[in-house]
Amino acid sequence: MLTIRIIPCLDVDKGKVVKGIRFRNLNVAGDPIKLAQYYNDQGADELIFLDVTASVEKRKAIIDVVNAVAKKVFIPLCVGGGIRDIKDIRALLNAGADKVAICTGAVENPELIREGARIFGSQCIVISIDAARVGDEWHCYTYGGRVDTKIDVIEWAKRCEELGAGEILLNSIDRDGTQMGYDIELTKVVSSAVKIPIIASGGAGSLKQIYNVIKYGNADAVLLASALHYKKFTIPQIKRFLRKKKVRVRW
Amino acid sequence: MIGIIDYGAGNLHSIKNALNYLGLKNRLIRDEDGFKNIERIILPGVGAFGAAITKLRKAGILERLLEWLRGDKPYLGICLGLQLLFESSEEAEGINGFGIFKGRMKRFLTSKIPQIGWNSIEVIKPSPIFNSQRKKVYFYFLHSYYLDTPEKDIVLARTVYGVSYPSVINKGNIYAVQFHPEKSGKAGLDLLKKWVELC
Repeated sequence: MLTIRIIPCLDVDKGKVVKGIRFRNLNVAGDPIKLAQYYNDQGADELIFLDVTASVEKRKAIIDVVNAVAKKVFIPLCVGGGIRDIKDIRALLNAGADKVAICTGAVENPELIREGARIFGSQCIVISIDAARVGDEWHCYTYGGRVDTKIDVIEWAKRCEELGAGEILLNSIDRDGTQMGYDIELTKVVSSAVKIPIIASGGAGSLKQIYNVIKYGNADAVLLASALHYKKFTIPQIKRFLRKKKVRVRW
Repeated sequence: MIGIIDYGAGNLHSIKNALNYLGLKNRLIRDEDGFKNIERIILPGVGAFGAAITKLRKAGILERLLEWLRGDKPYLGICLGLQLLFESSEEAEGINGFGIFKGRMKRFLTSKIPQIGWNSIEVIKPSPIFNSQRKKVYFYFLHSYYLDTPEKDIVLARTVYGVSYPSVINKGNIYAVQFHPEKSGKAGLDLLKKWVELC
């Protein structure tokens, strides 16, 4: 049976991992290659690199990072951030990424999903949805959560699936960084609206919350950032907990 | 020297990186001449069944590859490289696969498509290609079509995703896996190493 994936997310700026990562006795701060190896050794099922570099001309740095990591770490690598066209996708895949995560670029040009899936295959195209609750519904946000597109998240998720997206990375803006727990309701409605896998993101603060979004939100994978980076818990701890609860994990 | 068949569709960097990491000499095969001095062949890839056949034919590789397989020379098919060994696929009606073995690729019906992620294999027939130290081994899978074959004796291991289907096959020097050893961490690297030792 397929297992639930535990996916650490690393924010990369100009080739360095940002968001203070506190590792005692471990001199890896900022080095994406060492961190990727560290999480790989811990049992991460996949890695996501999010390029937060603001200036376009410095974006070559992420290519170098992916290139170096792919030579040493043999688990799936997904890269997101600032992807606007086929050229961007190709550059990342050629560097060794297995998938790309597209957010704003897809909302502004949905054809990019269709084109990307046609050329590289659906499995390469992960659509990242930044969702925030507005009244009774969820809206898609773009530009790192700054712009409310007024597009309904459920409708957008269905559209993405139709256009050929392989997975949805569903990030709750409301929960992001709060450690209050994933948005289970959001995850559940999107997960039941589409057949493609959902990666739940935003709000992981306890082992129980991770279990809840899998059990009640029907998430196929969970993304973790701060909770792992700040060593609130480790990947082996998460997997041990889930195993006890009869959730299938790679062990 | 390991030849990696490049039919212009799949992402070959991962398999190349993995072989380099293991210190196994390799180069890409893009045309008929590429077969020179090659001892083993890997046909990797994620891609479409029909497009792959067309591209292999256009590049002049298809006939050489069929000769290679019929001569029972060392081969490792990964993902699509497993699927192409069989007769046909629901993905591309009317297009013939290599037809080395009897069987057809069917689209998953019940579960989420594609299957993306780590799944385990159940060994049906013990083989030195498996690292026997562990009872349960997980590999990274990424596919929408699964193998349905009447050739039971070529099946080394099976995997369950809605249905139970063959995920590792072998006959003579021909091996093929539905998962991606180049993306399956240590378990995958071990398998690649074993394959080279075996044939």
